[in-house]
Amino acid sequence: MPAVTETLDTVAAVTEGGYKWGFSTDIEMDMAPKGLNEDIVRLISERKAEPAWLLEWRLKAFAAWLKMEEPDWAKVHHPPIDYQDLHYYAAPKKKPGPKSLDEVDPELLAMYEKLGIPLKERAILAGVEPEEGERPPVAVDAVFDSVSVATTFRATLAKSGVIFCPISEAVHSHPELVKQYLGSVVPAGDNYFAALNSAVFSDGSFVFIPKGVRCPMELSTYFRINARNTGQFERTLIVVEDGGHVSYLEGCTAPQRDENQLHAAVVELVAMTDATIKYSTVQNWYPGDADGKGGIYNFVTKRGACRGARSKISWTQVETGSAITWKYPSCILQGDDSVGEFYSVAVTTNRQQADTGTKMIHIGKRTKSTIVSKGISAGRSDNTYRGLVRIMKGADGARNFTQCDSLLIGDQCGAHTVPYIESRNPTAKTEHEATTSKIADDQLFYCRQRGLSQEDAVGLIVNGFCKDVLKELPMEFAVEAQKLLAVSLEGSVG
Amino acid sequence: MLEIKALRAGIEDKEILRGIDLVVPTGEVHAIMGPNGSGKSTLSYVLSGREGYEVTGGSATFDGHELLEMEPEERAAAGVFLAFQYPVELPGVNNANFLRTALNAQRRARGEAELDAVQFLKMARAEIKRLSMADDMLKRNVNVGFSGGEKKRNEVLQMAILRPKLAILDETDSGLDIDALKIVADGVNALRGPDFSAVVITHYQRLLDHIVPDRVHVLANGRIIRSGGPELALELEAQGYAAVVAEAA
Amino acid sequence: MNAVSQTSLQASAASFRARYEGLKERLGGDSIQRAEAADAFAHQGLPGPREEAWHYTALRPLTEVAFHEPVVLLSDCAAALAALPDLGMPRLVFVDGRFRADLSDAVTGATLRTGAPAFGPSVALGEKMVALNAMLAEDGAAITVAPGVDAGAVMLVSLGSDAHGVPVSFHPRHSVVLGAGARLTLVEVNGGTGVYFNNPVLVAEVAEDATLTHLRIQQEAAGAFHISTVLADVQARGTYDSFTLALGGRLSRVEVHAALLGEKAMAHLNAAQLLGGVQHSDFTTIVRHDAPATASRQTVKNVLTGRSKGVFQGKIEVARVAQKTDGYQMNQTLLLSGDAEIDSKPQLEIYADDVKCSHGATVGELDADQLFYLRSRGVPEAQARNILVRAFLSEALDPIEHEGARAAMEAAIAAWWERQA
Repeated sequence: MPAVTETLDTVAAVTEGGYKWGFSTDIEMDMAPKGLNEDIVRLISERKAEPAWLLEWRLKAFAAWLKMEEPDWAKVHHPPIDYQDLHYYAAPKKKPGPKSLDEVDPELLAMYEKLGIPLKERAILAGVEPEEGERPPVAVDAVFDSVSVATTFRATLAKSGVIFCPISEAVHSHPELVKQYLGSVVPAGDNYFAALNSAVFSDGSFVFIPKGVRCPMELSTYFRINARNTGQFERTLIVVEDGGHVSYLEGCTAPQRDENQLHAAVVELVAMTDATIKYSTVQNWYPGDADGKGGIYNFVTKRGACRGARSKISWTQVETGSAITWKYPSCILQGDDSVGEFYSVAVTTNRQQADTGTKMIHIGKRTKSTIVSKGISAGRSDNTYRGLVRIMKGADGARNFTQCDSLLIGDQCGAHTVPYIESRNPTAKTEHEATTSKIADDQLFYCRQRGLSQEDAVGLIVNGFCKDVLKELPMEFAVEAQKLLAVSLEGSVG
Repeated sequence: MLEIKALRAGIEDKEILRGIDLVVPTGEVHAIMGPNGSGKSTLSYVLSGREGYEVTGGSATFDGHELLEMEPEERAAAGVFLAFQYPVELPGVNNANFLRTALNAQRRARGEAELDAVQFLKMARAEIKRLSMADDMLKRNVNVGFSGGEKKRNEVLQMAILRPKLAILDETDSGLDIDALKIVADGVNALRGPDFSAVVITHYQRLLDHIVPDRVHVLANGRIIRSGGPELALELEAQGYAAVVAEAA
Repeated sequence: MNAVSQTSLQASAASFRARYEGLKERLGGDSIQRAEAADAFAHQGLPGPREEAWHYTALRPLTEVAFHEPVVLLSDCAAALAALPDLGMPRLVFVDGRFRADLSDAVTGATLRTGAPAFGPSVALGEKMVALNAMLAEDGAAITVAPGVDAGAVMLVSLGSDAHGVPVSFHPRHSVVLGAGARLTLVEVNGGTGVYFNNPVLVAEVAEDATLTHLRIQQEAAGAFHISTVLADVQARGTYDSFTLALGGRLSRVEVHAALLGEKAMAHLNAAQLLGGVQHSDFTTIVRHDAPATASRQTVKNVLTGRSKGVFQGKIEVARVAQKTDGYQMNQTLLLSGDAEIDSKPQLEIYADDVKCSHGATVGELDADQLFYLRSRGVPEAQARNILVRAFLSEALDPIEHEGARAAMEAAIAAWWERQA
């Protein structure tokens, strides 16, 4: 979501609580009735005219889900979720899916414009350098409630062999790829929320980078929840073949509503030999108001498999939104010399609860992982880092380095660190460090003596605290993330 | 002009400044010397607005601003700069970004146009060159991993870039070798002019060899007990504080 | 957890309960506390691997053994006692969980009461293994030191045995209460022969300005089970200073709960676990900072050989009131075998903003460069490894002030190293 924060300046804020993306949009919707049962699963599959194998897969996941219990180990508390009180399918009514941007509902285009999401393809002229300050082009897949409404730059990408399209479309256009990889990293019955997603997922992005191809531009998916009482269940699948490279960005916002909304996404990444996937997220779902009313329940399963030797998967996330965040982007380091990275900034304010971290599973020899987590708690929030580093027996020479730092702002919030370190190989080395601190009074005074306001000083110090993570983001994303951090913490100090 | 009248202040219930009267006319550099515990650092913190100090009486005005009523950043925007005795580390915040943010915040507060990145860097690099400092100074995180001397030099660099009207140097000379001392002094001397004043707080006379003050004040037990010309610093150096304090008492 | 282990946990819990039903009229001490414990245990059962706190330590091997009440009292303990370090301090000897006055010395400076379980004020029945202990506790030492008294050092010895021909379990319940400004060094040695289950609980009350130094050598028999819990409450400016050396037993868990309840209270929870063969040993700590300016220090070292499995779980909890808390925890592991495994979970749970808390954990093997350096100076490899292992442990061992106890620890470590060779 390039330009999300640009909207800070350009879009009139429609909010009282400082959440500037909280407007809703009136779009005629096609909704499934509330509730979840086999018929709903069949209905979703039918709406998308899916092949039989996929329906089977969904039904199996649904059967598995019925037997599972909601996990309770995370340090988050919420009233029980009534899974029968949700709509599991909501799509803008205009049918069939638009073929070009001209056919997209103008209301929708206006909304994306308001969010600062460029759904227009700027012409890229051969031999013309972009002007200074101009953004490099980014291809965007815009997912509105349950469906993809537009994907830009597809033709440009296709020229280099890159497939970037809604997964619902890939099921038809590249069934063999989807069939081969879907559920291969996060199996349908992996966990409660993944099983739920597998049963009812509606759309999401599909990316395929063929052998030796370096994706010519950043790819990006922008998720927007709009409809009331709907769950959002996207499924993203990114496959990069030998030697391929892709950088993928993900952004999310939702309207400000009093009721909680469920978001249970699954992201699967597959990196073959020498492939690199860089996955960046700026998660800014509606966090609820100051009293904890409303907000998104964000239960997300993200996992990448470094299947080939020397492959690399790097997760970077800036989590500022959601009432509850439950999310552990992970790497299975199977290929020898493969590399996993997790860089995270999680900010919680008001009554937000975040329980987030990663799992690094070292299987191959000389596999390497780096974890840098920066948690910032303010208000009455709770912020937990939970991470697993597992060194399997065959992971000779594996290395892990973990740094977890927590910053507390005010004395009504909590900061927690729960690392799990499991090692079964003597030649492997793991290192974990964690610290907890607050913004020191002398740091604030120093900045203010130089002329910074209290809020700017906090913003500056927090951004400094997060720098090791922010520098991993693509440049323009980083700038936006910085502003977002400052906005999230407005009014937290003083 | 800085004008301090009967200023009393302390921490919690402990009174440290017991009635300071001091006038520093615009364009002048005054030195404040005194033994440890005399209230030198307290004076600099009270003037710059650090929390935790309670003002119990008196006033301090600078160019017509009631300093003691203002937030620290408002004092900064009014032109007051404190060179810290112990400069603070800001991990992850680089000097250039810090200084540009600070400078623009001050300019904004004064209704002046902000500098863009290019203008700022050009100006900052020129200052670095003029002060014979290392080029990477701007890229490094504020005071993180700096030696004691580097931190003090960084304070001088910040002063040069922010161009205050009143600089308060709180024992900026402590822990400096002679080369660093010269850099600090050059930094201050370069700013000297009809619109710039400075209060140089120091324990030793040697800094005053390089920054020759217009006036020297002796602070003891929270009061200024003697004032004089530059020769007073030499007298203190020769006789020690004890003699001067005893004489005044 | 699979259904099989669930069943075996239940069956094992049922047999402990049955034993309680048969014994309850005969067991001494506060019968109300005991009945409450029995209720709690009936409700809770034994901890299973689905519980976060027991994720890494499965009690399955314990549930596969049928433990009985010790009935035949071991008469000849001379050899076992002779093997204990002579630290020149009075000894309190428990055999199969029963106090043996005939083998024990009088203590001076402290009041001692035995013959019944010393249920302290800390009940903690929510801890499943504490509830088991309280339900079946048969004896224990209640040590009280009056305010201002330095009671010197006392050795608390537990010997388990297979004299009965059947595996036995015993559940001693001790308490140590220090008055304001009092001091005591308690050296605890757990050992024995054969298959048995030692499930002691020690409740420590450390009043204002008092210091309890608690040094433990867990060198249970190779076939033994050891699951112990210390519940220490520390008041203002008091110190609970502990070091645990765990190198015995087939399955062992040493759990320490330290609550820092008064300003500037302090806890040191240091430990070294040295494991080989198929041993499983777990050191679990929970430090609760419940008052301002409290401090805790934990240095925990693991050295693992053979197919052993080491577990460290350390949690620092800082309550909202506990501003200016200083909490530090370091867990380091040497894996000396390709078949050994370490599971480490250092945890911070913080609700106050003006605190300094940090933890660190490292896992690796001996440093190859250091090893080579020593060998290039002529030190044979085995000895070089020994030197480096000893150096690795020193950070945890060196703070032990009691020289005799430290020497005894060193000797136990040296003997352990010999056995590994």
